Amino acid sequence: MLDFPRWRIWMLNTLIVVGMAFAIPSLLPTSMRAQLAQFMPTPTINLGLDLAGGSHILLEADTSQLAEARLEALEDSVRTAMRRAKPQIAIADVSRSNGELSFNVTDISKVDAAREVILPLISNNVGARDWNFGVNNGNRIVLSPANSGNETALDQAMDTAKDVIDRRINALGTLEPTIIRQGDNRIVVQVPGLDDPEALKALIGKTAKLEFKLVDEQADPDQTAQGKARVGSQVLPYPDNPTGLPYIAVRRLGGISGDKLVKADPTFDPQTNEPAVTIQFDSEGGQRFARMTQQNVNKLFAIVLDGQVISAPQIREPIFGGVSQISGSFTTESANALSISLRSGALPVDLTIVEERSVGPDLGADSIRRGVLAAVIGTTAILVLMFLVYGRFGMYANVALIINVLMILGVMSFANATLTLPGIAGFVLTIGAAVDANVLINERIREELKRGRRVVQAIEFGYKEASRAIFDANSTNVIAAVLLFIFGSGPIRGFAVVLMIGIVTSVFTAVTITRMWVSLWVKRTRPTELTI
Amino acid sequence: MKLLKLVRDDTNIDFLKWRVWAFAISLVLMATSVGLVATKGLNFGVDFIGGQMIRATFTQSATAPVTELRETVGSLGYGDPTIQRFGAENQVSIRMKLPEGADKNPELANAMAEKITSKLKSDHPDVRIDGVDSVSGKVSEELFGKGILALLAAMAGVSIYIWFRFEWQFGVGAIWSLVHDVTLTFGLFSLTGWEFDLNIIAALLTIIGYSLNDTVVIYDRIRENLMKFRKMEMASLLNLSVNETLSRTVMTSVSISLPLIVLVLFGPDVIFGFSMAMAFGIVVGTYSSIYQAAPILIWLKVGSHSFVPTDEGSGSMAERIGEDFGAQP
Repeated sequence: MLDFPRWRIWMLNTLIVVGMAFAIPSLLPTSMRAQLAQFMPTPTINLGLDLAGGSHILLEADTSQLAEARLEALEDSVRTAMRRAKPQIAIADVSRSNGELSFNVTDISKVDAAREVILPLISNNVGARDWNFGVNNGNRIVLSPANSGNETALDQAMDTAKDVIDRRINALGTLEPTIIRQGDNRIVVQVPGLDDPEALKALIGKTAKLEFKLVDEQADPDQTAQGKARVGSQVLPYPDNPTGLPYIAVRRLGGISGDKLVKADPTFDPQTNEPAVTIQFDSEGGQRFARMTQQNVNKLFAIVLDGQVISAPQIREPIFGGVSQISGSFTTESANALSISLRSGALPVDLTIVEERSVGPDLGADSIRRGVLAAVIGTTAILVLMFLVYGRFGMYANVALIINVLMILGVMSFANATLTLPGIAGFVLTIGAAVDANVLINERIREELKRGRRVVQAIEFGYKEASRAIFDANSTNVIAAVLLFIFGSGPIRGFAVVLMIGIVTSVFTAVTITRMWVSLWVKRTRPTELTI
Repeated sequence: MKLLKLVRDDTNIDFLKWRVWAFAISLVLMATSVGLVATKGLNFGVDFIGGQMIRATFTQSATAPVTELRETVGSLGYGDPTIQRFGAENQVSIRMKLPEGADKNPELANAMAEKITSKLKSDHPDVRIDGVDSVSGKVSEELFGKGILALLAAMAGVSIYIWFRFEWQFGVGAIWSLVHDVTLTFGLFSLTGWEFDLNIIAALLTIIGYSLNDTVVIYDRIRENLMKFRKMEMASLLNLSVNETLSRTVMTSVSISLPLIVLVLFGPDVIFGFSMAMAFGIVVGTYSSIYQAAPILIWLKVGSHSFVPTDEGSGSMAERIGEDFGAQP
């Protein structure tokens, strides 16, 4: 083991230096880090919210609602396509149930023509079908969702939702959010430094689906009050209805959706001086809006946000140019929030907050300060003890331990990993394992000396015999860490990541590096006696 | 320079003499722990049962007015709160069940948090809200399920590894001592009523790691001695192995305990339970390696027939690894 070729020494030293270099940016104060960033990349360790303070919000998509929305959209496009087909294809008895859309083609001879119209609607751009096509009893067409269709739709919806949330939070200003998808139907939003997430929640929880629908002015108020609507109409909640009835009946069809906006800004209603929101459609949306208002002058239209009517003004004149104003009972804040939501687009799917955690910055700062203090005192105590018990070899172990800590920090910085409270537990465990490795080696060397071996041989045996136990102990930790990473959830995974990194660096520093130093020392001094 | 020796060189303690007693005491303690968890239960945090937890510090008071809080928060109409001091005397956590229907409509949970915090702030101007956690029933069930699954998987995984690297008896011994350590820690949490949350699962995992480390070191020495002294009686062989590794056991346990003691004394209050769990685990883990993992080998009839030299698989791999570390003799 005295044989340490020069290239190997260089390689090991390079590894140490590189590993530790990555830790530097994380250890510098923020101001110095900013200066350093001008010359080199400065990857840093992120502090988890439990340490740094901030908000964590877990959102879950309502998959059944998404399926329902897809079905609705399919019905709309089928109806439109049938109406526009030349010659027109009459359909009847349209029903949506069990996630399927089915309808009768009135003229049985037109089933094939209907099929030709529908097929392009249900194929997606990669050639597969989003919906399965079937015909019952000769003329009843049944469209049932293909499995891949729902999955792709969810996947796309979640990606879009993530982008939308990103835009909305960015509109709030200088926050540095982390927004990641988790599993099939969840999104995690983490915002460091924000300890009162009320504004944030109001912003990201809203679907912000804006629709303009014609009011069913022939509806019987008594029926509406009971939630019943005529065929072709639906009853929607309308909390601010001037008539006092918290519901209103609107026509299902003939409205337009407000997703084709280029602008949305908070403003004040020039007549009432109350907060309002101005919106501007893109050219296509503007034309549709103009057509709708032109055809329905003097009628009432309802402005519907997330399935709830916010106001139902009268169309006094056709609105060209695509600019409109939404007024309701807004406050300045809610008008501002709505315009941000509208600008960043509607969420393609309803999201519910299923988990929320916020940690005040004072508590987080206190945790870090006292955690660091404890770590420094604890580590110093270990270093002193190691030196007192093992002398020179204890010093080797100590320097290796310090390098180990820096390397763990370095690797975590490089991987941009997040350090959380459970991560600190992982840290403590790996430092324990590193200390133990050196204790095992040194105790073994003592033992071999006691058995009468010469110094060099005792050191060789010490490293060799101890390696076996070190290997087994660390293998079990690796196994545990991998299993924890696979089966555990968030915080437990944080623990597992630190453990995996730490085991590798611990074995490297506590065994390989100390052995290099010991071998260099043995080569230089040729000791015949060893105090250990 | 005269070096410090924590254990005298000629130490030869007959540890195994008390094995039956130790085992009986352990069984009683384990049964007590199970009984405690079954009757008194664990003080689960919102991570595992769902609900809302508000942490607050009364910055200008020496102690938090727990009784008064229980009344005022209880009178808000959301049911009775669970109020606990944690860490310093002036810090409390207030736990509430989520209001009915909050799974569908998170506004209800928000409204509750808003109402409680504004009540706190108006009654006590010095109050500082340190955090609000809301976890829905669905997520808490998942966190609990996944936490337990991770714990079981880790325990089973390492035991299987030990079984392959040693003999099946060693695998049984390892998993038994892990079960022992985890059960007693559960018992401790039930007895003291310390809050049991996700961080405690991480602490349990660390305990498992330490305990296993200890067990592996002793097992490694037992394996070595079994191959060296084929004629030695098992109890003496175990005693020899424990004594040979004793100075290492003491040194490592002391080293690891040092930062933990500091963490318990000076560490952040939020992790008091966490640090206590780990400190407790070191003690129990060290004990179980000597008094559970080792004697079980006698009862499972490990002896001179184990690790016969034809058994290539047990020693050779680690020796290769030893060479990889560079130790060519």
